[in-house]
Amino acid sequence: MNPTPSQTVGPFYGYALPFPGGGDIALGGIAVHGYVYDGAGEPVPDALLEFWQADSRGQVRGAPGSLRRDPTSGAVLGRDGVTFTGFGRVATDRDGHWTLRTVEPANGYISVCVFARGLLRHLYTRIYLGRDAFLDSLPPERRQTLVAVEEREGVRRFDIHLQGEKETVFLDFG
Amino acid sequence: MSEPLQQSDIDQEIAALAGTAADHPARDYTPYRSTRLRHPRQPLVPIKDPEAVELSGPVFGVTDVTPTDNDLTKQHMGEPLGERITVQGRVLDRDGRPVRNQLVEVWQANASGRYLHQRDDHPAPLDPNFTGVGRCLTGDDGSYRFTTIKPGAYPWRNHVNAWRPAHIHFSLFGSSFTQRLVTQMYFPGDPLFPYDPILQSVTDESARQRLIASYAHELSVPEFSLGYRWDIVLDGPAATWMEEGC
Ligand SMILES: [Fe+2]
Repeated sequence: MNPTPSQTVGPFYGYALPFPGGGDIALGGIAVHGYVYDGAGEPVPDALLEFWQADSRGQVRGAPGSLRRDPTSGAVLGRDGVTFTGFGRVATDRDGHWTLRTVEPANGYISVCVFARGLLRHLYTRIYLGRDAFLDSLPPERRQTLVAVEEREGVRRFDIHLQGEKETVFLDFG
Repeated sequence: MSEPLQQSDIDQEIAALAGTAADHPARDYTPYRSTRLRHPRQPLVPIKDPEAVELSGPVFGVTDVTPTDNDLTKQHMGEPLGERITVQGRVLDRDGRPVRNQLVEVWQANASGRYLHQRDDHPAPLDPNFTGVGRCLTGDDGSYRFTTIKPGAYPWRNHVNAWRPAHIHFSLFGSSFTQRLVTQMYFPGDPLFPYDPILQSVTDESARQRLIASYAHELSVPEFSLGYRWDIVLDGPAATWMEEGC
């Protein structure tokens, strides 16, 4: 069957998609943070990032409960703090900044899906936390765009450049 | 200083790019000006890894929604203004298999064309009885259903006198992260279609038609609402990609 075409997320998803605790996949692990930039090097304040990853043993089963609701009020209760759902969602702030708190996945990378106003179809990339054969297959200058840099103990930095000299490697799964 | 960009300029650009066969918009579609600095210039890097985590995907369940989340007319003390509608359809993968128990999220402007959002400064009234946000889980047959009001058209600043046709934003998850889709549903016969660079970014006529719901009289509820049907087909390799080994 022919697929339904993609359209931009637009600027007005704020009440619909982000949810409290969306960037807290798991506590007690690492923080990964960074900025999203456009082709002029300006921060993108209306991007939405989604994250999907394996757990610390390499399991990628996923589980409900990322955006747990109160059945009475409909308000977001947040994650229960025990279940690892593997899913995160963070809107960039006015500075184009985002933060994710999670555990290091056993397979070494966190998958990222990027949405933004002005982006007609989402983009995929990966945050690599260590060495990997796929990274080795890329030219050195491009490889760096997929590697999170350790800023200090437990804190990694990962910027996303939608365009330009430092343009991030985006992936095609076919 | 350059002349302000007119609809006639955009019309010419749309015409120059029209007809290209593709299921999805090109990310560098220039008539939509915000694409200019927000699309990659390097080609995407293909990845064919049967172990890729992207071939699995997030899971949602009854804990993530409340049963009334799919009725956007019942979120406040009073009824929202506007034409009450029901929108229903099925979410399928490219093989026509239903996408079961997955999350569908929607958001939209109110009947006047105004979003409940700080950055929407369109001088049309907010509706205290309408937030314009809904969600539901698909059924075993991939079906979803929302009760809402028909959104209004609204102006934006892509060019002089730019108006978006009425639309509902949809966010969809498949069984794998590669099937993720964010898109917009339009209403049949909208006179704004030819002027809108976002809809026209889908340059293939038949693909563009797949973004337009059909009026479905059998879905209209007597004395209550008008019915629209819109089926959604998710792109991207599904979980069977591994089994098929292609
Ligand atoms: Fe919109």
